[in-house]
Amino acid sequence: MAVTTYSGAEQYNFDIVKKFAVMSLVWAVIGMLVGVYIASELAWPFLNFDSPYFSFGRFRPVHTTSVIFGFGGSALFATSYYVVQRTCQTRLISDGMASFTFWGWMAAIVLADFSYVLGYTQSREYAEMEWPIDILIELVWVTYLTVFVGTIMRRKQPHIYVANWFYLSFILATALLHTFNNLAMPIDLFSMKSYSLFSGTQDAMTQWWYGHNAVGFFLTAAFLGMMYYFVPKQAGRPIYSYRLSIVHFWALSFMYMWVGGHHLHWTALPDWTSSLAAAFSILLLMPSWGGMINGIMTLSGAWDKMRTDPVMRFMIVALSFYGMSTFEGPMMSLKEVNALSHYTDWTVGHVHSGALGWVAMISFGSLYHMMPKLWDTRIYSRRLVEWHFWLATIGIVLYIVAMWISGITQGLMWRAFDEFGNLQYSFAESVAAMMPFYAMRAIGGIFFLTGTVLMAFNMFMTIRQGKRESAALDAKLAAKMAHA
Amino acid sequence: MNFNFKHEWIETNIGLMAVLTMLAISVGGLVEIAPLFFIDKTIEKVEGVRPYTPLEQRGRDIYQREGCYTCHSQMIRPFRDEKLRYGHYSLAAESQYDHPFQWGSKRTGPDLARVGGKYSNEWHVQHLVAPRSMVPESVMPNYPWLLATKLDISDTAARMRALRKVGVPYSLSQAEYDANVAKFGETVARQLHIPDAQKNLVEQANFGNYDGDRSGVSEMDALVAYLQVLGTMVDFSKYSDDAFVDVR
Repeated sequence: MAVTTYSGAEQYNFDIVKKFAVMSLVWAVIGMLVGVYIASELAWPFLNFDSPYFSFGRFRPVHTTSVIFGFGGSALFATSYYVVQRTCQTRLISDGMASFTFWGWMAAIVLADFSYVLGYTQSREYAEMEWPIDILIELVWVTYLTVFVGTIMRRKQPHIYVANWFYLSFILATALLHTFNNLAMPIDLFSMKSYSLFSGTQDAMTQWWYGHNAVGFFLTAAFLGMMYYFVPKQAGRPIYSYRLSIVHFWALSFMYMWVGGHHLHWTALPDWTSSLAAAFSILLLMPSWGGMINGIMTLSGAWDKMRTDPVMRFMIVALSFYGMSTFEGPMMSLKEVNALSHYTDWTVGHVHSGALGWVAMISFGSLYHMMPKLWDTRIYSRRLVEWHFWLATIGIVLYIVAMWISGITQGLMWRAFDEFGNLQYSFAESVAAMMPFYAMRAIGGIFFLTGTVLMAFNMFMTIRQGKRESAALDAKLAAKMAHA
Repeated sequence: MNFNFKHEWIETNIGLMAVLTMLAISVGGLVEIAPLFFIDKTIEKVEGVRPYTPLEQRGRDIYQREGCYTCHSQMIRPFRDEKLRYGHYSLAAESQYDHPFQWGSKRTGPDLARVGGKYSNEWHVQHLVAPRSMVPESVMPNYPWLLATKLDISDTAARMRALRKVGVPYSLSQAEYDANVAKFGETVARQLHIPDAQKNLVEQANFGNYDGDRSGVSEMDALVAYLQVLGTMVDFSKYSDDAFVDVR
């Protein structure tokens, strides 16, 4: 099935990379717009408009799915297909299969978003898709694995480059997690509704084993793969330490899978499970920082790039946020800290310092590096990249500071006692105290979204510029041929 | 013999790398999840916990559909403030028939694990239709359509059959029914009998009159019936304060 439009002489299949790269920006804008909207609903509840379709509960998974799987997922497909071809110096094994992963993945996200709004959800965080969509995702994922591993098998180099280890680990782990967390019994074959195979405690543990590793593999290991290719490329220097990359790769892959239980501290999950999860969460600091150090130190000897190259700045700030949130995470997995932070906005802030600070920023940096190359041109406007950088950074800071304050305030208000030993605040009072911070968070989100819109515009113009240049070149060539 | 391991072996062999990666990522889940199905102490032995009646289960479906779990937890932790605010800490046994679990992860609104019986039906209806008319500080969306929408009861039995397949003891045969009578008593067992699901559902809605309107069964009837049963199944006055400490 020839869906792609490349010329047969081309060495690589960049067409699929281009498609995913463009869609990643489209989903970024959609997902972040919905994010700003639901953040505003919490500050100004009239925005729910008495409508089932836009109410916070149904709309929130539209945000998470669109940003994690739409934006993040497309960025990963794009960069992994790019990196595996470049580092293996070979073309993807099948254009048809690659194309299937594109259309299948897009269909899954569109269907998921519409199904949530219509009220179909498994109510498993980040795995809300009902069973027919899960099956579609499973098919796409197996195809992705086949294309990726098949391409590596055709490599022209004896060694598999480190970025590909991380992508491989992410693809395998996601397959495992997706399969087991979505085991469910449909009420009949023509109904979207299903009931989870597990119940209560076991169900909770399975879900958070999935939930935290959606973070660990989808949002971390995979983006480390991205980092291992694009940071050295942009810096023009080799990776800082080869040995460190080996050690932290295996440690990260092994340890992440243990930590999900820290989402269930003090719950009806047996103590041994959540304690074990906490122990591994603390150990995980080391491999996480191994990755951060390896990325940042790659810049040693080229630190001036931080001043001169806004794309490099995206990457380094991303690694800094990665280091910060992988410190914050183990701290929040301590039972005493968790007793305060759990159920509060602190968790939401923590997720966003990882998701905006690390995942989005490293994706932006990588896309800024890759997209001009794909269309064989330069970035349309470096000034806009500068603007994007500052808008995004200010947005993140506003967001996480707001959530730190509101989270810790909530935690402290809930456990405050007066001098007679009664609860000092009603729950409603703690809700009222959140209002300014919910507004501040929404404003932070608007900053971040504005930056993303600038990037989308900048890349749109870059693509147009690239197309014009190649058209001009073709015309010149044609004229020359006519003269000859 | 000199065994000299080189990481290069893995780096140059995609099959070996995939197998070793798969091993590395499988251990955590196996060690932490699999035993939860086999260790007896994971679920406490406690009296009173039963599967939901058809009406309550349909209410739970609506709770799930509207994404209530995005703002409300159903898991009380063993802290003094939570005991005062919400009641006895949640037991694993209390969610043993919950497919899926609804413990939640965020309290934008309060915990609901023991909301049952705390407020009247009228309060819940008014609060769900217009939360700020009852709690001015609330940021909860209005849910007016629950009152206006008739509950679709046509697939009630199909839903219960699916739940039965995943382990909830709803009865299809006489033998299963008798087992439920022995385990839960006759009143409860009758509610768990799938062939009578629709009849039971309508009867409970009419008798309970949850939405204040006896003319039909609305989605509000189901949701309020579910909210009113949350956390009420176990009678904690029967157990001493530290009865559950050693299973934690």
